[in-house]
Amino acid sequence: MTATQWFDRSQPLPGAPGLHALELDTAGWAQAFADFSATGGRLLALWAETPPHAAACVHALLAADNGLLLISHALAEGHISFPSATRYFPAALRMERTIFDMHGLRSLEPDRRPWLRHAAWPEHVHPLRDADLPPPPSEPEADAYPFVRVEGDGVHEIAVGPVHAGIIEPGHFRFSVVGEKVLRLEQHLGYVHKGIERRFTELPLLEGHRLAARISGDSTVAYSWAWCQALEACAGVTVPPRAALLRALALELERIANHLGDLGALGNDAGFAFALAQFGRLKEGMLRLTEAALGQRYLMDFVVPGGTASVPTADALKALYAAMPALATEVAHLHGILDEHAGVRDRFSGAGLVTPELARQLGLTGLAGRASGQAFDLRVDLPCAPYAELAPKKAGSDIGDVAARVSVRFDELLESCRLVGVIAAQLADGAHRVEVGVPATGAFAVGCIEGWRGPVVIALKVGEGGRVKRCHAHDPSWQNWPVLEHAVIGNIVPDFPLINKSFNLSYSGSDL
Amino acid sequence: MTALNWLGQFVEVLVALALAPLFLGWVNQCRAWLQNRSAPSLLQPYRGIHKLFHKDAVVASNASSLFRIAPYVVFGSMAAAAAMIPSLGTRLPFTSAADAIALVGLFAAARLFLSLAAMDVGTAFGTLGARREMMVGFLAEPALLMVIFVASLMTSTTALPLISERLMLQPLAIHASLLFTAVAFAMVMLAENARIPVDNPATHLELTMIHEAMLLEYSARHLALMEWAAALKLFNYACIGLALFVPWGLATGAEPLALGQAVIVLAIKLSVVGAGLALIETLSAKLRVFRAPEFLATAFLLAVLGQLTYLLQVAR
Repeated sequence: MTATQWFDRSQPLPGAPGLHALELDTAGWAQAFADFSATGGRLLALWAETPPHAAACVHALLAADNGLLLISHALAEGHISFPSATRYFPAALRMERTIFDMHGLRSLEPDRRPWLRHAAWPEHVHPLRDADLPPPPSEPEADAYPFVRVEGDGVHEIAVGPVHAGIIEPGHFRFSVVGEKVLRLEQHLGYVHKGIERRFTELPLLEGHRLAARISGDSTVAYSWAWCQALEACAGVTVPPRAALLRALALELERIANHLGDLGALGNDAGFAFALAQFGRLKEGMLRLTEAALGQRYLMDFVVPGGTASVPTADALKALYAAMPALATEVAHLHGILDEHAGVRDRFSGAGLVTPELARQLGLTGLAGRASGQAFDLRVDLPCAPYAELAPKKAGSDIGDVAARVSVRFDELLESCRLVGVIAAQLADGAHRVEVGVPATGAFAVGCIEGWRGPVVIALKVGEGGRVKRCHAHDPSWQNWPVLEHAVIGNIVPDFPLINKSFNLSYSGSDL
Repeated sequence: MTALNWLGQFVEVLVALALAPLFLGWVNQCRAWLQNRSAPSLLQPYRGIHKLFHKDAVVASNASSLFRIAPYVVFGSMAAAAAMIPSLGTRLPFTSAADAIALVGLFAAARLFLSLAAMDVGTAFGTLGARREMMVGFLAEPALLMVIFVASLMTSTTALPLISERLMLQPLAIHASLLFTAVAFAMVMLAENARIPVDNPATHLELTMIHEAMLLEYSARHLALMEWAAALKLFNYACIGLALFVPWGLATGAEPLALGQAVIVLAIKLSVVGAGLALIETLSAKLRVFRAPEFLATAFLLAVLGQLTYLLQVAR
């Protein structure tokens, strides 16, 4: 069966554009993954639900050219296992291991090591299934995570992290190397697990956007918009056009700030501190303009249910509009300098190569995916308002090395500058926020927004009394972390930080 | 006269110890200016060293005595080297104690202790740094020796002070051989002192480090000595370069006035060298580790070219 035929059987679901839902039995669940994988579909998210006194259920969000398909599979009473999607979508492995840690449901996949559970709670406790949790141990037992060992003459291990020399998020990287050459990298994440999904269920629905905004700080607009998209779909509310434009403005400003920061950091990691200073200057300028226009440097809690928290003044908008051509010129100038610098070129080209073929197999997504021939961008493919009118250009490359990820960043940066200019010019008068009432119990929707890193997914089910019954937040880093393990194979150890930075994945967003 | 000579020697070492962090501060300041950043104070390296001396040292429980004595050995070697290099005067007691080849040996000894200490605790990063340091070292040393041989051939001596004196006496002329070797020396200096493009002294990325990776386990006074020794090494290399290529202004005696003049001349020369170093570091990116051998092979080749140029000149 092709992906289209699966869509024909499904029902439309509110939320992200092009979203459909389908309930499947065990065989259908496995078959859907096989068919989507065979016809170029992608896995966007995989999560479970274990409501008390009801059947456990696993959900997966799949993407194809036609749209997004949410497939759900209710497990039979007393059953805890479901077919694994890992064979078709390798990125599903960590998600399935997490489902066991959180819900106690097992996929039929032989790798049964914990993923997000380190030693903070015992193995038989599943925080999203059990209503009562034991108090955290005062002295947690040592976490003996069994890494895969590489044997052979001259092979040794380098253990890096979770605490690093720089001020970055914690994650453990286990390198098996011969000399300087990396034979294998194995990641161990989960050090910033905060129990966000359980915390959601303790919050009133209309406050959930504030927690969503804090899942991964660098994508705060994308997360809060995805949350609001899901919530507004549950409540049957459409935001006014002006609010949609303001949200897009915020999302593009977030993209610009992150790309500027990353490009500077990438130059610095290649030992070219000039880039850090210049891009740092540009980023700071943008953050100040953002603050002048929207009230904050980083736009946490700017997107709220029903619209946006504030409106920029006409003067601030004019300043933003006026600043964009100058920024674009400077960025293009710096692009030229980085491109023509022999030393930088030598470091960027060929490092951390992910061929389009490998990217497709492993499901590389978002910005890194576009640099490896995976030309998917929700803003273009399945645009929500106002992106259909804005018509952003999709950036991309088929090369898949650090240089390609840098060049895609440059292209997206320039495109975002253009979009900000367009939005600032056409922001009309009108309401920027409408009232959102409490949706009906049991309402369910999925929000999906293309953040700067890739598609951010929020699946939201409304519970009784205006509470959240289940909310799953999914960061594109889930798909891309495993690809990083492949990208460094055969590279040398000192190139890893540069390769890692070129992906710049979120720890907080995938540790939840 | 001897007492005066010894006093001069004492002053030379003292000047080296005192000026080395200042020189580093100057390089950092120039670098910041060139990168459009507001610069740290010239005195920042002193503050860093001062801070470290006032902290309690933490030493890994499995560290051997080698780990504890290495900072003193490394610092001592660099201070001894500072006494032997004619940075102020050519006729001071220690300058004739060792020739340039022995000086290279002294640097190698310091490197050996530094690398052994880095591997002592058994962390992955220390070993990683030591391994890379030895790779850079064994490629840089022959290039450095070649550079010295060119100057030795021109002056028929391997003693640095004599080389300086004889070069000073030669009529001012552009020697192609010395130009080649000066470039080779600058490349060796960058590599040996963990500067960009071979190493990045400002990085926080453990996996890319060479010199810094070897110091990760050190703290407090041990780290202070190591960092001071690194500043001294940079200072020493700059002074070797000055003694070989621009020796003018060195005192040929130990009279206070001559030494005083020499200090001023040295300060001027070092400020130019520091600015040049910062310029090179700003313009280049860090090389992939395995390009370092090519970089140092180029240095070696240039030094050989310098030698050939000289030999051809003489033959003519």
